[in-house]
Amino acid sequence: MAKENGKVVETVEDVTVMFAGDSGDGMQLTGMQFSDTTAIVGNDLSTLPDYPAEIRAPAGTLYGVSGFQLHFSSTAIHTPGDTPDVLVAMNPAALKKNLAEIKPHAIIITNTDSFDSKNLQQAHYDKNPLEDGSLDGYKVFQVPITTLTENALKECSLSLKEVQRCKNFFALGLMYWLYNRPLDPTMDWLKSKFKNRPEIIESNEKALKAGYYFGEQTEIFTTRYTVKPAELPKGTYRNISGNEATAVGFVAASNLSGLQLFLGSYPITPASDILHFLSSFKNFGVKTFQAEDEIAGIASAIGASFSGSLAITTTSGPGLALKTEAIGLAVMTELPLVIVDVQRGGPSTGLPTKTEQADLLQALYGRNGEAPVPVIAASTPSDCFYLAIEASRIALKYMTPVLLLTDGYIANGSEPWRLPDIEDLEKIEVSFRTEVEGFEPYSRDANLARPWAVPGTKGLEHRIGGLEKANISGNVSYDPDNHDFMVRLREEKVNKIQQDIPDLQVKGDQEGDLLVLGWGGTYGAITEAVDRARAEGYKVSHAHLKYIKPFPKNTAEVFKNFKKILIPELNLGQLSKVIRSEFLIEVESLTKIKGLPFKSIEVQRKIADLLGGGNGK
Amino acid sequence: MENNKIDTQEVKYTAKDFQSGQDVRWCPGCGDYSVLAQVQRSFPNIGIKKENIVWVSGIGCSSRFPYYMSTFGFHGIHGRAPAIATGVKVANPDLSVWVATGDGDLMSIGGNHFIHACRKNIDLKILMFNNKIYGLTKGQYSPTSEKGKVTKSTPFGSVDYPFNPISLALGANASFVARTIDRDPKHMQTMIMRAAEHKGTAFIEVFQNCNIFNDGAYEPLTNKETKLDTVLHLEDGKPMTFGKDNDKGIVLEGFTPKVVNLNDGTHSIDDVWVHHEKDENAIRAFILAHMNEIPGLPTPVGIFRNIVKPTYDEGVREQIKRVTEKKGEGTLKSLLYSGNTWEVN
Repeated sequence: MAKENGKVVETVEDVTVMFAGDSGDGMQLTGMQFSDTTAIVGNDLSTLPDYPAEIRAPAGTLYGVSGFQLHFSSTAIHTPGDTPDVLVAMNPAALKKNLAEIKPHAIIITNTDSFDSKNLQQAHYDKNPLEDGSLDGYKVFQVPITTLTENALKECSLSLKEVQRCKNFFALGLMYWLYNRPLDPTMDWLKSKFKNRPEIIESNEKALKAGYYFGEQTEIFTTRYTVKPAELPKGTYRNISGNEATAVGFVAASNLSGLQLFLGSYPITPASDILHFLSSFKNFGVKTFQAEDEIAGIASAIGASFSGSLAITTTSGPGLALKTEAIGLAVMTELPLVIVDVQRGGPSTGLPTKTEQADLLQALYGRNGEAPVPVIAASTPSDCFYLAIEASRIALKYMTPVLLLTDGYIANGSEPWRLPDIEDLEKIEVSFRTEVEGFEPYSRDANLARPWAVPGTKGLEHRIGGLEKANISGNVSYDPDNHDFMVRLREEKVNKIQQDIPDLQVKGDQEGDLLVLGWGGTYGAITEAVDRARAEGYKVSHAHLKYIKPFPKNTAEVFKNFKKILIPELNLGQLSKVIRSEFLIEVESLTKIKGLPFKSIEVQRKIADLLGGGNGK
Repeated sequence: MENNKIDTQEVKYTAKDFQSGQDVRWCPGCGDYSVLAQVQRSFPNIGIKKENIVWVSGIGCSSRFPYYMSTFGFHGIHGRAPAIATGVKVANPDLSVWVATGDGDLMSIGGNHFIHACRKNIDLKILMFNNKIYGLTKGQYSPTSEKGKVTKSTPFGSVDYPFNPISLALGANASFVARTIDRDPKHMQTMIMRAAEHKGTAFIEVFQNCNIFNDGAYEPLTNKETKLDTVLHLEDGKPMTFGKDNDKGIVLEGFTPKVVNLNDGTHSIDDVWVHHEKDENAIRAFILAHMNEIPGLPTPVGIFRNIVKPTYDEGVREQIKRVTEKKGEGTLKSLLYSGNTWEVN
């Protein structure tokens, strides 16, 4: 082992860190800064922000703990890590809440200043865990982070309260030292973020450096670690969250289609960031309308679609429920529209900041009447980019609303994203109807799409609406046969999209004992679990559905090649239900409804159970 | 509005050009026919090409309106017309966007969208057909029905209070607020023309008779015998006078309007309250809005308020222009390859 300044430098392949503190301690920011820096030094990474719905829950409480888990590695990884190697606990509640999750010999860095009787009591500790031996076996580093931050910032002009708010940057600096990361990316970020507040830049820089030098100088840390850059495919990378990738994807779709992007949206956790990102893209011609409610969000988007924009609306489960009737209107008027549902824990207000996949049935079936809507689901943060483009393509080509499902986990989590070559992004062909001769609002092209004739086009003035349409003319029709025909036609149009989407890919052997079938944000956990099970000799493969309505055309073929099918989902088995009814086959269901993503070990154990190998073999 | 003016050399519209040819399916005798006729008579004169006009509606009798106009039309869902229309207008501010709606559609299920459209000053023209009843669902009381209204859903009389639509629009800061009556075609045409000229949210309450479920709701205001004594025509810059012999005037005592006789020697025309629709201060408009709630005072029709302020849709367009000038037009390259990127070789 190498030595440096009297410290042992140990190289490790893979580290999972948990930053945890009060919801006002800045743990999300700390985690995001550590992620961005870690991405820049070339590690592969995956993150799991986990915070309470309260903005500033009472200090010191267990329910007020905000955590940011980050997994980084010198090899390719797919999940934020099952069990942290390092816990940074800014107070007793953060320690208590996370202790059960971390590895047996994990490193624990605590802010000892916060382990006072009040905070201990808030965290329901009878005795101070730093003193009663209950942490024996862990590598505990007791650091008076608040005091050290105050000392470092003695000279600055900030109030004591503001000074104390810099303590997360002290912790960040210390972690940068411990894992050998540069300070520059965070310093650059501070400079651009607080351009007009030099005192904030200066004090945070000081705190950051103080933490870093504390690691170097203090004798309590004898070892520091390096994680070498991962061998990722060649290219240009950036670290991206699912919500940002979604926003960027829609702007790209706008560019690729040559259409103005219009977003009608109402703030809702965890989807609001898409609105935030898109509202910053004014120089891409993006129009964002923060509506008075969820219904106005989608209704305005429908209006914008009618007048010729690429129109989208973004929301989470409760908002999707409110948009239900308007989605039906878009189905009836056959207008292009993308509805993004960043799923969160339900029902009702549920768990606003936690992840879940329980809106699948709502997305597929949650409307009055027969109202078919294509449903697609993104599987990783960067995948959101491609599916935002794909959702737009389908909507525009088939003149239909499309539902894009993501979830809180991939929306807030981030990963390094190898940027695509601009030339590889396919143009989206759009043609507005301009020819007056023979124009019928509900005539069809080869894809069964009706013409898009936008206001401003002379001679194409026409009326549409939510009443049943007569085939071809689009006039209001109450004719029984016409209604029967149109209901079937709308269904057929959506099913026809099957001819235009890629086949379901199987990772691993194309046949075997078990197929693990996933959809959405479970991709990482399933990938890791299947990889490990295969390494152990199990005949298991993985297929991940991005298209759920319609399913890829080879889906039934894929199923036939496996003895069993396992579907892990963060709900009570919604995809399982759909698969059973659509394909008339039996499937095994693995469900979890804790507001948290699967750990890969949970999927791995189920694989072993099903294949008779005992617990993890 | 730059490219949507009619080139009169090229096109000359008549009322007929705005008829869609669809069979009009309102009940015979319905006040909606008058609104349709006045719109079709006015539209050749508003100076906007037919293809640049969009009518949006919600649900209810009034909301069938777009089907009967030969412009672009969108028959939406209950209450959401202002929100749909907002999307149409913000996405393309060059369009002239009109909303046809009713008292149930706009004041009840669509109340939220209405007040926010007004607040944002989105350049929409909203015609609310107020018949004080739910017609299409066959006769329940509406949010503008008077307290005590006996209907199918209130057999013992309603116990709630009605909205005052004019006051509600003023309270939501609509920049143009007017009222007209189905039985006064000339006046309605004037109001439609004035709304068309206005840039910003224009709200017109149309007193409209439902001869099936609420016949005679505006009887005193439309009856030849009584209307001159019950209706006050607001005209900008003119004193508020009314009455069969035009011998009654409104004076303002503090915040209280009163009727005075101009022939009994106590008051002259100089004492009468002069209407200023462009008054920056909304207080007098509110007094007018609530005037008919005072026994003995007439019901004002005409323009209560008409002020100019930047519209939301133009604001959005301007902001995009400004930011684009500052940052440069975005490209796919600048979109993707921004922020902290790094190379893997």
